[in-house]
Amino acid sequence: MFEGNREKQKTLAAFEFKPGKVERGYTDRRLYINLSENKIKERSIDPQVRETFTGGRGYGIWYLWQAVSDKTKWNDPENEIIFCTGPICGITQYSGTGKTHVVSLSPETGTVNDNNVGGYFAPFLKFSGWDLLEIQGKAKQDVIVFIDGNQGKVVIEEATGLNSDTYLLTEELAKRYANDEKDRRKISIISSGKGAENSNLGIINISWYDSRRKHIRVKQAGRGGTGTVFRDKKILAIVIKYSGVNANSNNVANPELIRKAGQRLTKEILELDHIQNGMREIGTVNLFDHMQNYNCLPVHNFKFGSHPDASKIDSKVWHRRMTQNQAGDSCWIGCNLRCAHAVDNFELATGPLKGGKVLVDGPEYETTAGFGGNCGCFDPDFILEANFYCDNYGLDTIGVSTTIAFLMECYENNIINKEITEGLELNFGNVEATLELIHQMAEGRGFGKIAGLGIRQIKKILIEKYGADEEFLQDIGMECKGMEFSEYVTKESLAQQGGYGMANKGPQHDESWLIFMDQVNNQIPTFEDKAEALHYFPLFRTWFSLVGLCKLPWNDIEPKDNKQKYHGMEAAKVPEHVENYCWLFEGVTGKPLTPEELILQSERVHNLQRLFNLRMGFGTREYDRIPYRAMGPVTVEEYESREELYDKQLKEVVYFDIEGKTTEEKIKVLREYREEQYQKLCDAVYKRRGWDVNGVPTLETIKKLKIDFPEVLEVVKKFQL
Amino acid sequence: MIKVNGRDRKWEENLTVEILLKKCKYTFPLIMVKINGKYIPKEKYKDTIIIDGDDVQVIHSIAGG
Repeated sequence: MFEGNREKQKTLAAFEFKPGKVERGYTDRRLYINLSENKIKERSIDPQVRETFTGGRGYGIWYLWQAVSDKTKWNDPENEIIFCTGPICGITQYSGTGKTHVVSLSPETGTVNDNNVGGYFAPFLKFSGWDLLEIQGKAKQDVIVFIDGNQGKVVIEEATGLNSDTYLLTEELAKRYANDEKDRRKISIISSGKGAENSNLGIINISWYDSRRKHIRVKQAGRGGTGTVFRDKKILAIVIKYSGVNANSNNVANPELIRKAGQRLTKEILELDHIQNGMREIGTVNLFDHMQNYNCLPVHNFKFGSHPDASKIDSKVWHRRMTQNQAGDSCWIGCNLRCAHAVDNFELATGPLKGGKVLVDGPEYETTAGFGGNCGCFDPDFILEANFYCDNYGLDTIGVSTTIAFLMECYENNIINKEITEGLELNFGNVEATLELIHQMAEGRGFGKIAGLGIRQIKKILIEKYGADEEFLQDIGMECKGMEFSEYVTKESLAQQGGYGMANKGPQHDESWLIFMDQVNNQIPTFEDKAEALHYFPLFRTWFSLVGLCKLPWNDIEPKDNKQKYHGMEAAKVPEHVENYCWLFEGVTGKPLTPEELILQSERVHNLQRLFNLRMGFGTREYDRIPYRAMGPVTVEEYESREELYDKQLKEVVYFDIEGKTTEEKIKVLREYREEQYQKLCDAVYKRRGWDVNGVPTLETIKKLKIDFPEVLEVVKKFQL
Repeated sequence: MIKVNGRDRKWEENLTVEILLKKCKYTFPLIMVKINGKYIPKEKYKDTIIIDGDDVQVIHSIAGG
């Protein structure tokens, strides 16, 4: 696939650096690359920035703030794509410490976006001497950035005429940059694909080498179009090579504390995972059955919460399909949760690699629920094929499946037809049409050009060009702030509606997932309870991205007696794991940390991100509105599918006499009630978070958090009531 | 009338924990049941009778997304 060997590729810039020493989890340096100017520089990290924003995504958001203006668009050269590590990143004695956190302006939302992704990149970057990789500018033609962490070299190499799709590219690059088979373990590659070039739904893949399979494996930074930025900058790949990871690569302050936390967690995982979540057996797709059983599985564009055909793609099916040579795989050294799974030798039925036998990473829950439930395609082979091609093309399986589900509902309501779709029959359940649309989105052809824009822009086209009913599209188009919803039905959980609507970057569940605590366990019944949960959990989850951690070992495994020792929201915090994190932070940095201080660290970054949204023109209350489909039944069909439940609520909670009323009348009254509840929730959450009624952090909050820097105050002052 | 997770539910005779879980369609494998604050071990679900007025908590230990 390469036109020539590496020696013949032109080097556009080269930079030598002293391989850095990590001190107590930090290097205090960032690697800055400008692709427009072919410049590579070392930059320091200000001690005040470290003190205020802790690391990882905190650094990423702060330095992106410095790099852009309120006028900057995602595809302007000054936008940056920033790869962040974090002080705990790379620790090998605790599970889930290999995450890279990626920050950039998003093509979908127009504002700051963050993602977390597994693979070896972030630990290798830090151990090479960098807390952060910051890329600005745009190359004139495709380039590869190669970082040799041991030799202390960074080069920008011309890489024209290569197919950007991940699957073959990463294998080729591994061969190219590794001296031999053993050397491949020392390489991590960031790549994307043509889907990211031709749509707003681009992801980046980050690799690690599976030495058992002798194959590159990839994890995804999926939401908000980060891959689209990556390819817009003409980055074909970033390759890092580092050798020498050891138990104390972070040069930690107190190894004993880290060992203590690690041993406690590992014991729980080995004893309890198989009876708790089965992450080691099938990974996140274990959730599928439970979402189906509790009416939370999105079916047919979030209309319904379950489907009779769900058993065709449930966890038993994946248990059989995933190659179970051992308990899962770790996407970073030392992770015992081992939630990474794969299906080997899957024969592709469509697309450019048709007939080829490939390794499919996953599928994860979101992919299965999105393509299976939401698009109504209950076919495991289809899900594997869609999963493979999305990863290969650099497309977000969540964004793509939620968008296609929306288009399917439009098709079934004659809002779009075969003339508009150029022949695609986009009925729910049409696997052939769905796969064809994925290929079209990736290649930027046919109806795929429109589909790849994402729901917000599609709605605009359908309204302006085809005269679609704006109100109906707003109700059923499952996006907020421009980002598509991830795969949970929230109609019966007000707290999760807020979790999606008030999330800084858009409706992705990584800020909060409160469905069961709210809808099933009923542990946060009042507005104040929900507001407390929507204060604490988004902040707690934010912390993982500051220090370089994965969320899963926090609550996808918990001590056997957690729910007996603790109650309600306290139990959901998993206090012993919070203690582990405090030990870890102190063990690495030498700075003692209380659970309250941990939250404070996050609160600074979370508020800065909200202020970033404001700065870009998006952070006020109106942008926290969610489509009514996320709150309640939009259509008669939907209402009548759970008529008993909705009638009961109207009678017993709204005190509305349903006798003799049509379904349309009942929908209207229920809607008024539920929309009012959502607004009341926003009031309660804003108050708890120290924001005003318009959702703007108050001056008092900013000062209390010590983020009252002049440039921050300038933004806040514009919005003071 | 009994309460299940704080919500009213009609009581019926010979209602055991096992029957209640089935009626509520609580299929999740990791749940913890308390009746009037008292923890009920899983092996006693079949024989534990819920009486009228009881306050039943069925807490699902699910982490989610």
